[in-house]
Amino acid sequence: MTGKGGTGKTTVAAALALALAAGGRKVLLVEVEGRQGIAQVFDLPPLPYEERKIAVAPGGGDVHALAIDPEEAMLEYLEMFYGLKRMGKALTKMGVVDFATTIAPGLRDVLVTGKTSEAVRRRDRTGKRVYDTVVMDAPPTGRVTRFLNVTQEVAGLARVGPVRTHADMVRGVVASPETAVHFVTLLEEMPVQETLDGVEELRAAKLPVGGIFINMVRAVDPALDGPFDLAELAMGVKAAGLGDDGNAAVIAEALAGEVVEQQRRAELERTERDALETAGVPRYELPLLADGADLAGLYELAEAIRSQGAA
Amino acid sequence: MTSPELDLDGIIDDSGTRIVVCCGSGGVGKTTTAAALGLRAAERGRNVVVLTVDPARRLAQSMGLTSLDNTPRKVAGADGELFAMMLDMKRTFDEIIEAHADPERARQILTNPFYQSLSSSFSGTQEYMAMEKLGQLRRSGEWDLIIVDTPPSRSALDFLDAPERLGRFLDGKLIRLLMAPAKAGGRSAFKILNAGFGLVAGVLTKVLGAQVLKDIQTFVSALDAVFGGFRQRAEQTYKLLQAPGTAFIVVATPERDAMREASYFVERLAEERMPLAGLVINRVHRSPAPDLSAARSTAAAEDLESRGEHELTAAVLRLHAGRMQLAAREHREQEHFASAHPTVPVTQVPAMSQDVHDLDGLREIGELLAKR
Repeated sequence: MTGKGGTGKTTVAAALALALAAGGRKVLLVEVEGRQGIAQVFDLPPLPYEERKIAVAPGGGDVHALAIDPEEAMLEYLEMFYGLKRMGKALTKMGVVDFATTIAPGLRDVLVTGKTSEAVRRRDRTGKRVYDTVVMDAPPTGRVTRFLNVTQEVAGLARVGPVRTHADMVRGVVASPETAVHFVTLLEEMPVQETLDGVEELRAAKLPVGGIFINMVRAVDPALDGPFDLAELAMGVKAAGLGDDGNAAVIAEALAGEVVEQQRRAELERTERDALETAGVPRYELPLLADGADLAGLYELAEAIRSQGAA
Repeated sequence: MTSPELDLDGIIDDSGTRIVVCCGSGGVGKTTTAAALGLRAAERGRNVVVLTVDPARRLAQSMGLTSLDNTPRKVAGADGELFAMMLDMKRTFDEIIEAHADPERARQILTNPFYQSLSSSFSGTQEYMAMEKLGQLRRSGEWDLIIVDTPPSRSALDFLDAPERLGRFLDGKLIRLLMAPAKAGGRSAFKILNAGFGLVAGVLTKVLGAQVLKDIQTFVSALDAVFGGFRQRAEQTYKLLQAPGTAFIVVATPERDAMREASYFVERLAEERMPLAGLVINRVHRSPAPDLSAARSTAAAEDLESRGEHELTAAVLRLHAGRMQLAAREHREQEHFASAHPTVPVTQVPAMSQDVHDLDGLREIGELLAKR
């Protein structure tokens, strides 16, 4: 799940995880940027580098969460592939871990996507996948192609060798038909433009584009479309007991200002909707939550996602 | 709890203000704020350059920036001395190398695969280069006010940490390890070092592969000469940011996440002794009929609906109630910030129905920012 900053990417990723877990499935929700966004959305204390159950989905089903820390992921990687657990401390002290996770280009992303890919591929003793789905709250639209295009990212660094092999494994998971990169946008010019650019970039990198989640959609009464009669509104204001002969017209005029603004926005939103259509991928609409994205709101969004067949 | 008013004209009119840094989380209108302040300052008589890192296409066009050429260009149509530039981080990095290494060494570095990967990777490089560029602009003395828009980092604070991170790397044992073969005259890499070094070198070879390690070593030893100056300048720029001529402006929208990030930033700036000017809250929703509450509006709409009268008015009242609810929620977020940071000055910019496309749009934002 990607999206421009401010579009509600983490919230929608969390709601999608809930929707996918509904009816008894097991979903892992991962975050990769160290922002503790999942904890904030679910109103929990900060998450450690450890998979733990954080929510129960409607109709049974579990959402687990993991906040991936690149340094921990690196130590784990060394242990898993090279049996070098004990070296961890020495490497940290030498600055190797710091170098690999903050300075060396691309390595950080390979470690993070690598950990996610491991969770995707993990199987239990019976050979069954441990998680039905893994939802990643990925970096913002402007960076996501680079982030997911791991082979390209390490190409300059390593044409051959273990890092390259690892990156190729990750690429296999990320570019598989089992993966979908979804976008979150608002019906505003900049996020829509970035979404369209992002879709194009992903396609150019041969990465699988999923759908577009249009977030914070305002439901508007069709009665407010088209021209309207100010005198009629003033009479209504009076009839509703909100004004008398003296000030009903003043109140009506102020309210009319809101309507005009709403109509202008609706017009712009139509343009943006049309623009999104050109991407040629499924689009889903999520309502603006009156009380903001609290826990109850998350379940409401999950329901909207399910009812539109996005999960 | 109400915050004190942020007087932005006071800041940009003060000839002592030499650098304004706009920071905040992604998608809050940082670049627009930086551009609008730049235009306003130029039109009020300052000689201004706006350094942007990753502007949206339309906004870049509004300032006449069509290409990423790493050079300040005069903005046509501004009534004053306004220049703008987009940071090209690879170009900036290349220029540092070219300026500080002899031609042969520069060539070695510029063609090194590790360097090429490092200089075009976003993980941290953008932050270093933004700092480097800021320092260059300041040293050039060509502008008396530099307005910079911080990189869209994973954390809004990354650019503050960049010089320290670089320093830690350069001071670290790793760099000595990587330099070792060059110093030993190319002799068998790690033998001269102690067992701990040898072990780590073994791991690096195993994990990264011998070729990568060799590339990194070549790069690091070739860069040895350049590094010192680079780092020194990064530290100077950091100090510059702490100086009284700098004003940090934190930008947010009145939503929970953005305000939380803003709070965090305010605290961090205080810790780093960076001079905070105040908080700009963009996209604030207001109503032209603020005296009619959401509750009263909803009740009236229900009343009309149950009577089956004035369908239009009922719809308008519902719209208004939604608007008032949103405004109340945004107000709560702002109060929350004000009680946590009672001394931080704040200014609000109302939500606009359209994005900024031209200088007139930026001028309008500038007026709203300055409350004129």
